[in-house]
Amino acid sequence: MSVTRTGPLPTGREAEYDVVVVGAGVVGCAIARALARHPLRIALVEASSDVGDGTSKANTAILHTGFDAVPGTLEARLVREGHRLLGAFAGEAGIPVEPLGALLVAWDEQQLAALPRLAEKAVRNGHRTTRLLSADELPSREPHLGPGALAALAVPGESVICPWTTTLAYATQAVRSGVDLYLGCRVEKVRTGDPWHRLVTRRGVLRTRHLVNACGLHADAFDALLDRRDFTVTPRRGQLLVFDKFARDLVRHILLPVPGPLGKGVLVSPTVYGNVMLGPTAEDLDDKSATGTTAEGLAGLREQGGRIVPALLDEEVTAVYAGLRAATGQEDYRCAAHPGLRYVTVGGIRSTGLTASLALAEHVLGLLADCGLDPGPERPLAPIRMPNLGEAFPRPYRDAELIARDPEFGMVVCHCERVTRGEIRAAYASAIPPAGPDGLRRRTRARGGRCQGHFCGAEVRALSEEYGKGAR
Amino acid sequence: MNRTVDVLVVGAGPAGLAAAARLAAAGAGRVEVLERERAAGGVPRHCGHPGFGADRRGRPLDGPAYARRAVRAALRAGAVVRTGVSATGWAGPLTLDVTAPTGLERIRAGAVVLATGTRERPRSARLVPGSRPAGVLTTGELQQTVRMFGPGDERVRERVGRRAVVVGGEPVARHAVRALRGAGVEVAAVVTELPRAAHGFGPVPVLTRTAVTELLGRGRLTGVAVRGRGGGTSVLRCDTVVFTGDWIPDHELARARGLAMAPDTRGPVTDGSYRTVEPGVFAAGNLLRGVEPARVAAAEGRAAADAVLDLLAGRHRPAEGVPVVTEGPLRWVTPGLLDAVAATVLVRPDRHLVRPLLTVTQGGVPLRRERLRGSLAPWRSVRLGPEWTRGMDPAGGPVVIGAEE
Repeated sequence: MSVTRTGPLPTGREAEYDVVVVGAGVVGCAIARALARHPLRIALVEASSDVGDGTSKANTAILHTGFDAVPGTLEARLVREGHRLLGAFAGEAGIPVEPLGALLVAWDEQQLAALPRLAEKAVRNGHRTTRLLSADELPSREPHLGPGALAALAVPGESVICPWTTTLAYATQAVRSGVDLYLGCRVEKVRTGDPWHRLVTRRGVLRTRHLVNACGLHADAFDALLDRRDFTVTPRRGQLLVFDKFARDLVRHILLPVPGPLGKGVLVSPTVYGNVMLGPTAEDLDDKSATGTTAEGLAGLREQGGRIVPALLDEEVTAVYAGLRAATGQEDYRCAAHPGLRYVTVGGIRSTGLTASLALAEHVLGLLADCGLDPGPERPLAPIRMPNLGEAFPRPYRDAELIARDPEFGMVVCHCERVTRGEIRAAYASAIPPAGPDGLRRRTRARGGRCQGHFCGAEVRALSEEYGKGAR
Repeated sequence: MNRTVDVLVVGAGPAGLAAAARLAAAGAGRVEVLERERAAGGVPRHCGHPGFGADRRGRPLDGPAYARRAVRAALRAGAVVRTGVSATGWAGPLTLDVTAPTGLERIRAGAVVLATGTRERPRSARLVPGSRPAGVLTTGELQQTVRMFGPGDERVRERVGRRAVVVGGEPVARHAVRALRGAGVEVAAVVTELPRAAHGFGPVPVLTRTAVTELLGRGRLTGVAVRGRGGGTSVLRCDTVVFTGDWIPDHELARARGLAMAPDTRGPVTDGSYRTVEPGVFAAGNLLRGVEPARVAAAEGRAAADAVLDLLAGRHRPAEGVPVVTEGPLRWVTPGLLDAVAATVLVRPDRHLVRPLLTVTQGGVPLRRERLRGSLAPWRSVRLGPEWTRGMDPAGGPVVIGAEE
């Protein structure tokens, strides 16, 4: 195992792999982890300087049941399986999950009429516990819901999850189990061959027998490096607002919109960090780097959010961001094995990719077998336990025993998020240390709170530099 | 560990330290000040500019000197000032949970004074759209970064940038400009939506009636898009933008305690003696409404201490009185409640007002009307002495303070 961000790649036998997975988002990391159960030489290659730095870092952070998937699709099956797999893995690895359940709230007659159909669809997706709630039942379930709600479909099992820890947990377990992780390593050319494909990067050349494309938004561009042009990824932007922790008491469930002819609408959801999220918008773009927010987008979100939970608008906004989903013009994942190329493409993984990730990884193992990969016997993965970022679970600043052992866990640095010096130090000493303050935020929440660094920014940065030096 | 103290003060800024100094000097028993930062003194510690009064020989004090004096005064009086100690929540009506390197504590007090101060709204809370590059700061973060190394240090420019745009036209924007220039950072412009900015920006161009409409750049900031007074947009090239002013009380503990909050200040409602509606819980300083000068916050801390002493002496009174509200071009008023005790009222205008006519009425009955001489700026409060509310009925309806030009 090795994790590098800079410097030349290894050469000779060290640069020969059985499988190289390109793209260290939640899906690529899950695939690398699944492969690590076998006695294979595996590399995970990522253009960005951190894992989960693209689509995976900016999603709606929901662990879906898959109740509303299109029955019979690959996505429906993998989301259903993935929900179960990730739920179990989260428990082992310490990924915060809160099974709040969802309410699909109908605000007009058309949406009301759609609820029974959604309940039937849920049954076809193997989800039999949904229940219709009348308007009278709503105030006790969701006291701050805006006026005018006609009814709702309750979907038990829908959960909120920490997407950052999930991706990092997969990558950490993969690395601890022997996978080599090359960050800051964009693949520029692929020279296909037998028995080796040669991957040309700015940091050197890797050789691999099998290749997995988990490039997310850039899956079509990577396909093109191997002369495949099966689909085009159209980035669909989702802008989101994160409200202050004082808004958390306003929302008890994940409040999902009822999909209708006028689009999917926005959701209001608690986050595991103790905030409330509002979004996303849905805008089809051409630019795969357009992760900016717009005045119109934010105004629209506030308008819609104000109807769902009016009191939300009185609370402060903590963060504003936008993520891009990898839409491919087809309502399903685009997973394909190319046996002649010993190559698997995992494309079109939309917002359900986080939920489906572990099931997707198993699916890709099957596709690699179709491409002639004999993975060999299974062995256990290295056990891992991730630092908890969830507000519903014990955090270091409240842990008397931990502070007694190491007083740095009693030194609060980021006051809004109550992140201690000990956690920052530990993040930089971890298997995959952060590349800078943004990566640190996704590992500890430092600088991610209501003041956005007003109080702690200078010190967090100084600590990043102090600990970061030793880490790289 | 469970402990009991006589008075627990949360926040060792000007208000908290002044309250603690007076309480300890008056023999209030164990007076403990909790400060979550590693040093006591509050925001003035980071303000390397004069404007903090003068020492005994009449020499002007800058923020750090003021902070040192305030800490010394509290310690000399016998208060205990603990730094690096975070109050994380309430375990009872007058009991706080605390995290420190020495461990967890649950501290019960005879009275709690909240003096947790204020912060500037960051870019996200201001809903400024665009990308999320590095190089976006508030004055607070800027000042701390500069102070960490000292002006002129090359590392400041490495961290802060080389060319900055400052957003805001209040005096704090001037402090941001000063900190940037002192650190060798070029300031491209000051941008404010106000029709008129504070004075003293020196050679830096000040664009009034101008709004930041978008942040640009991937990885690092490359510029800010602005819309000027004519409605036209342009891009100011910079690698740093500092959002200044737009204060919000750091009211986490106050809200967690369930204290009533004034919607216009976003701070806890108190009466003229700085009592909140919860018996034994007091609030003073910039937690009440955002930034006032350090001496104003300190005076409030001292006044709150007098009310705490009353409580400790068994003369407990709950916060009471009639609500005070504003109308017309006034942003807020504190305190939020007026009782029979004569109190000074602080009013903040929403915009520049030239020779405004101030009015105080209760139930439609005028208590006072007076045309002020001179003009008011939106970054300065007006102090209205007790005579303004004389004749008010403490059992009547809300007192309304209005302004007309």
